[in-house]
Amino acid sequence: MLNSTTSHHTERQALRVNPAKTCQPIGAMYAALGIHNCLPHSHGSQGCCAYHRSHLTRHFKEPVMATTSSFTEGASVFGGLANMTQALTNIFSIYQPDVVAVHTTCLSEVIGDDLPMMFKKFREDGKLPPGKHLIHANTPSFQGSHITGFANMTTAMVRYLCEKSGEVCDRFNLLPGYLDPADMREVKRLAAGIGARFVMFPDTSDVLDGPQTGRFQMYPQGGATVEEIRSAGDGFATLALGFWASEPAAKELEHKCEVPYELVELPIGLGATDAFVDAVRRLAATEVPGEIERERGQLIDLMSDMSQYLHEKRVAVFGDPDHVIPLVRFLVELGMRPVHVVTGTPGKAFETNVRQLLGPAGAAAKVRAGEDLLSLHQWIKAEPVDLLIGNTYGKYIARAEDNLPFVRFGFPILDRVAHRLFPTVGYRGAMRLVAGITDALLDKKDRECPEEFFELVQ
Amino acid sequence: MIQVLEQRRAQIHRKGETATPLRCDRRSVAGSVTQRACAFCGSRVVLYPIADALHLVHGPIGCAAYNWDIRGALSSGPQLHRNSFSTDLQEMEVIYGGERKLKQALEELIDRYRPKAAFVYSTCIVGVIGDDVEAVCRQVARAKGIDVIPVASEGFRGTKKTGYQAACEAAFKLVGTGDTTGIGACSVNILGDFNIAGESWIIRRYFEEAGMEVVATITGDGRVDDLRRCHGARLNLVQCSGSMTHLAKLLETAHGIPMRRVSFFGLEDTAAALYEAANFFNDSAVLERTRDLVGREVGRVYPALKKYREALAGKRAALYVGGAFKAFSLVKALKLLGMTTVLAGTQTGSPEDYELLREICDDGTVIVDDSNPVELAKFILELDVDLFIGGVKERPIAYKLGVGFCDHNHERKIPLAGFEGMLHFAREVHATVLSPVWQFVPRRSRRSSASTPSREIISPSKNPAAVEERKGLA
Ligand code: SF4
Ligand code: SF4
Repeated sequence: MLNSTTSHHTERQALRVNPAKTCQPIGAMYAALGIHNCLPHSHGSQGCCAYHRSHLTRHFKEPVMATTSSFTEGASVFGGLANMTQALTNIFSIYQPDVVAVHTTCLSEVIGDDLPMMFKKFREDGKLPPGKHLIHANTPSFQGSHITGFANMTTAMVRYLCEKSGEVCDRFNLLPGYLDPADMREVKRLAAGIGARFVMFPDTSDVLDGPQTGRFQMYPQGGATVEEIRSAGDGFATLALGFWASEPAAKELEHKCEVPYELVELPIGLGATDAFVDAVRRLAATEVPGEIERERGQLIDLMSDMSQYLHEKRVAVFGDPDHVIPLVRFLVELGMRPVHVVTGTPGKAFETNVRQLLGPAGAAAKVRAGEDLLSLHQWIKAEPVDLLIGNTYGKYIARAEDNLPFVRFGFPILDRVAHRLFPTVGYRGAMRLVAGITDALLDKKDRECPEEFFELVQ
Repeated sequence: MIQVLEQRRAQIHRKGETATPLRCDRRSVAGSVTQRACAFCGSRVVLYPIADALHLVHGPIGCAAYNWDIRGALSSGPQLHRNSFSTDLQEMEVIYGGERKLKQALEELIDRYRPKAAFVYSTCIVGVIGDDVEAVCRQVARAKGIDVIPVASEGFRGTKKTGYQAACEAAFKLVGTGDTTGIGACSVNILGDFNIAGESWIIRRYFEEAGMEVVATITGDGRVDDLRRCHGARLNLVQCSGSMTHLAKLLETAHGIPMRRVSFFGLEDTAAALYEAANFFNDSAVLERTRDLVGREVGRVYPALKKYREALAGKRAALYVGGAFKAFSLVKALKLLGMTTVLAGTQTGSPEDYELLREICDDGTVIVDDSNPVELAKFILELDVDLFIGGVKERPIAYKLGVGFCDHNHERKIPLAGFEGMLHFAREVHATVLSPVWQFVPRRSRRSSASTPSREIISPSKNPAAVEERKGLA
């Protein structure tokens, strides 16, 4: 499919070819699923909602519930108030969620629907059942990406639900960022293992990685409860993971409830996990337990065992900014050389950040935010690499480049299953990444090397 | 038990119990977890398989990102259609209009890939900001010397069905622009097959073997030049009632080509489709070759189905698919496997569709229009089904409930068309229904196998086509 790509790269202003991002609402929908008993609602035409649900389902292999305002031509001219009112009425009477988390779509953004006003009217008309909550995020896709949407919905949770009672409690707040459920679970395990008391939201573990039960649950058991999110206003601090996905909500919480926040990278790889663990340790005012130290030691042991296969290998990386930054850090820790680093999400900070990590040795690397996979492919053509790391869409490039070793990482992964259950965050997650990377490199060698170099022991 | 949305009651039917006709063909209720998509999605489905055309989505990034190569519509040649091209509209364009960007994107793409033609899909936002997509297309077409065709696929225009219509209008712009010399008397177009997992190839092979020329498969493994000359064919065979009927009608009106509705799913329907065409041409050689082909294939496949039929007899199936024609074929095919359809639903059926569906289903079969997961889950449990047939959003629901699943949508990986497709279908159904994993599902393991009613294999009286087919076999 990509055989016609050449090494000739031109700047494109008007055209996106094979994107490395998608639109805001899917991120908002995903974040909303991290609230317990919450129904995400898409305010727009029904196509968007169907697409977002299908896409999430392809990634998680789980049912994804969300409703839509089902805009018609009429609504696109006269506004979506009637649709919203009918939708909310139906949702509360039939699906009975605790929270309806509404996000906009491009359409409702462009026609300028005022959601707070609609909520107000709904409430004033006495239609909102007692104890139920409405929250909303504006998620126009002509700005940012799915990560922005996730950040906006997380911020909406703070804006609508967090409250300050005046009494600061002994818990801190953990904002996990756009992580898979397995990763959220691992973040919680590590924090709990260090002995921290915390509230995490959103939390999609036990929502989108549920067991087979023989039953269909509209609202699986996981997710942060409204009560938990509300209490975040009383937390003594917030630990936000990931600048793009989590900082806006952390800021909002600081602004609204005066909870100071600390920002760290997603705990991907050694250094970033160290920083996370250290932050948690400081907040919890405890020591890092031996068990976690041990995991760290195992990771370093694995890194040293495998370093001969990884050293100086040239890598192309693409994905979401919060993921790619610590991943680049990790690749550098492994002695590898990230030479092309791309994210689809716009933001100059990304480039500065990655450049810093690469240092003078990586000055020649291509680092670009708001880029797509055609550009990445062209750069790879011009300056080949040994390894590609990115989401499922990287497989076209890997195939076109003579089966370039390819490690799937990030969102979405549509053609493999490990991400559903096995984390890539924390020391253990890093071990899994090292294993994945070495496997990919050695598998290629085993498949393609001449007979005489085919080795039993590596 | 789970409630059903009050406004949806009229969209659900139990054969033999409810007297009024099913309400359908209407908009989804706002606030329901509808499984339906939008007009844009419908247009993309239909035109996407035209492999040497450029498909540019004019809109924000999401609409383009979500349907990037998610359909297994195979091409034997160019793979251009599998890329995702989008104008990725930003705030500036939303305010000041996206025409300039569209023009630039089109020109760049045409220069880079030199496609045979280009389709430009409008998404909701384009309809609202008021870009004159047609004008831009005309301009670029003139400058670049290829057809640049706008598709009026703004999502809010309606369901997939509306999008099918827009796609047919767009495709029709190419029809009649090519040279038809050399097209023979026994020639057909096959409309409404999208070459999922190579199905168009299978069907094409049958026709060619029977001595009928296939001018164009529309749009499976489609090519711009085939579309240009498809008006030279003498007969249009339309599969999948929803998506391509409109194009067939346009061809009928403009070029006098008659159309026949067919299905290539299941033994009887495939045989019926081939006979339909052969009878139409009334050419004895073709008829004889068709008979030979059907005889040989059915003779090969039917006995091979036996072991699956034995294993599946009495199992209960639920299906929820896009179009009604698919549902008819599935009900029949399931019958052939000895299974009963206890729930049949579609996203976009018409009143006539549901009438027909009612006729071919057994008493007690639940028939639904535009359903949602909660409802579907309720029925799966209540009707105690062994197999669910649906699309990507339904798969995990079936699995969560501990029920076998078969994808009969565009993401399926195995060709289900034609005679051999029936064998694949049987194998797939067998594999999923009898998977050992279900014994580990608490709900299922408690169920005694004796409680599943045994069923007649196939009812000849209700199924004249099957009788015919077996006569042909004997
Ligand atoms: S219209 Fe906007 S919100 Fe809907 S799918 Fe397209 S990009 Fe996403
Ligand atoms: S914006 Fe419109 S065209 Fe795009 S996916 Fe949503 S409903 Fe469909």
